Amino acid sequence: MSMQTGLATSTTQLRTYAPATDVSVAAPAPRLEIARAEPGTAQRNLRTEPGPIRFIIIALAIAFLSVFVVLPLVVVFASALSKGVVAYVAALAEPEALAAIKLTLLIAAISVTLNLVFGVVAAWAISKFEFTGKTFLITLIDLPFSVSPVISGLVFVLLFGAQGYFGPWLQAHNVHVLFAVPGIALATIFVTFPFVARALIPLMQEQGTQEEEAAISLGASGLQTFFRVTLPNIKWGLLYGVLLCNARAMGEFGAVSVVSGHIRGETNTMPLLVEILYNEYQFVASFAIASLLAMLALITLVAKTVLERRLDEAEVPDGD
Amino acid sequence: MIRRILPLVAGLLWASSVFAADVSLLNVSYDPTRELYVDFNKAFAAAYQKDTGKSVEIKQSHGGSGSQARSVIDGLQADIVTLALAYDIDAIAGKGLLAADWQKRLPLNASPYTSTIVFLVRKGNPKGIKDWDDLIKPGVAVITPNPKTSGGARWNYLAAWGYAQKKFGSADKAKKFVGDLYQNVPVLDTGARGSTVTFVERGVGDVLLAWENEAFLALREFGADKFEIVAPPQSILAEPPVAVVDSVADKKGTRAVAEAYLKYWYTKEGQEIAARNSYRPRDAEIAKEYEKSFAKVELFTIDDVFGGWTKAQKEHFAEGGIFDQIYKN
Repeated sequence: MSMQTGLATSTTQLRTYAPATDVSVAAPAPRLEIARAEPGTAQRNLRTEPGPIRFIIIALAIAFLSVFVVLPLVVVFASALSKGVVAYVAALAEPEALAAIKLTLLIAAISVTLNLVFGVVAAWAISKFEFTGKTFLITLIDLPFSVSPVISGLVFVLLFGAQGYFGPWLQAHNVHVLFAVPGIALATIFVTFPFVARALIPLMQEQGTQEEEAAISLGASGLQTFFRVTLPNIKWGLLYGVLLCNARAMGEFGAVSVVSGHIRGETNTMPLLVEILYNEYQFVASFAIASLLAMLALITLVAKTVLERRLDEAEVPDGD
Repeated sequence: MIRRILPLVAGLLWASSVFAADVSLLNVSYDPTRELYVDFNKAFAAAYQKDTGKSVEIKQSHGGSGSQARSVIDGLQADIVTLALAYDIDAIAGKGLLAADWQKRLPLNASPYTSTIVFLVRKGNPKGIKDWDDLIKPGVAVITPNPKTSGGARWNYLAAWGYAQKKFGSADKAKKFVGDLYQNVPVLDTGARGSTVTFVERGVGDVLLAWENEAFLALREFGADKFEIVAPPQSILAEPPVAVVDSVADKKGTRAVAEAYLKYWYTKEGQEIAARNSYRPRDAEIAKEYEKSFAKVELFTIDDVFGGWTKAQKEHFAEGGIFDQIYKN
């Protein structure tokens, strides 16, 4: 995130983000820290640090990024292309690879759609209404962040496995949840459901209920209010949440690995296939799939930067 | 941009859904058989098509033998299981998914191919490893997976134990020997393939205890100029069994083709595929033909030394069993 943007967006941000709700999401929260270091405050400012220290800090940051982000990315693409473009394309055109890509897209589509609806509804309820158990609901929404993905997967095995609570009934009715698309979708939804809600709650709380109240007092129905007032106000935040949700849905390994059953060409998602191919000594193919996932990450990064800029504009229309 | 991507995605989806066979089987197998079953499935599908005119598609799932059994118990719809050891299929039978006498339904303990445990060492054998005794020497790092999760690892463990018990004549001394051996193990992977990758790719350790077929595969993949196989004079006869999962096959109506699939292992063609993939064939004629591919090793069986899998599992690998005792110390 660029320091310039952070500094430019004045102290309004400081006041508007309710600190109680900013916990773990990588959403706009980090800007707080930078915004706090306003020129004119009594605190020491990063920009007034002596030159050498500034240089060392920046050099450290760049070195860290190169080792932990740039280098691995380069390795992924270099390994994927180590036997030439033909081998790379051939690896991606394998039926197993195509099936994995297809499954990953399907799972992402299902889980992002459902989490979009759920996230908006949850954020709407939490930010616009007062009710008992609200804090508890927020805690529940955060739960998938604090639970290990492997446990998230095992929970579904315990629920839907043949030895689990619903397993015998499901088997008797020939419904396959575990080791099939529904199970993988369930595990992915569970792991990714905080993203949309978490991106929206601070934004909607900040916006308050005045505009909705105005709309209703002018005779708008509940749905009209939602689609004409609330939704346009949150659209960039919503997109941001969807983006993060999608990235995680496509990249999830642990939870999916537990419920997948690893059936070739059927229940292996892209991250699972990367590991399988690696273990089969098919390094080019493995890194080719990995490079697709990495490209997705890069696209997400670009889209995220664009959205963050939009978010800034949407939140602080009268800017500087 | 979306307009350009959509047809591409649609094309991918179409391309991956054009394959549809008359019958579809799921074979849930253990880790190192990936390459074996690619070969075998292709040959069987061709033979089946020729005999019956019907096309058959065999889907594969691979993983640690124990965790694969667990998945089948949890509802993975396997028509066939081909696991690393009989105990894992017994565990599935214990939940009523297949008949308890499954191992009697096919010849030779329902194990159409066998293997043994050998050593893979780095080229030139710098630590001079020739026999099991060399594994407990100080400064020799031994790579083997975790017997709690890996079938291959249990065979490794039992092979070492069997050797020591035969040599020293008592279970106490065998326990000491195996304990010393595991002192030399720096890392326990969860599956046989994981250990191979640790040894071959990451360069950890001086000797890998491996399935014979797995060791040969590593030689083929990475070249004989990097590694060599050392066959100890004595080792265990590993019998990886195969079975039809009754409850699934009956529900899906695939019993006939599933049984034909397993019987194909006992034909000359099937045996030849096993031998080609460095699994020891059962058929005398094929065995003779491939005699030079396999080292002469004196093989003892699990029934001889340990009184069968159930007993061995309970004594050695159960919670608080001998493995837990020696690995703690």
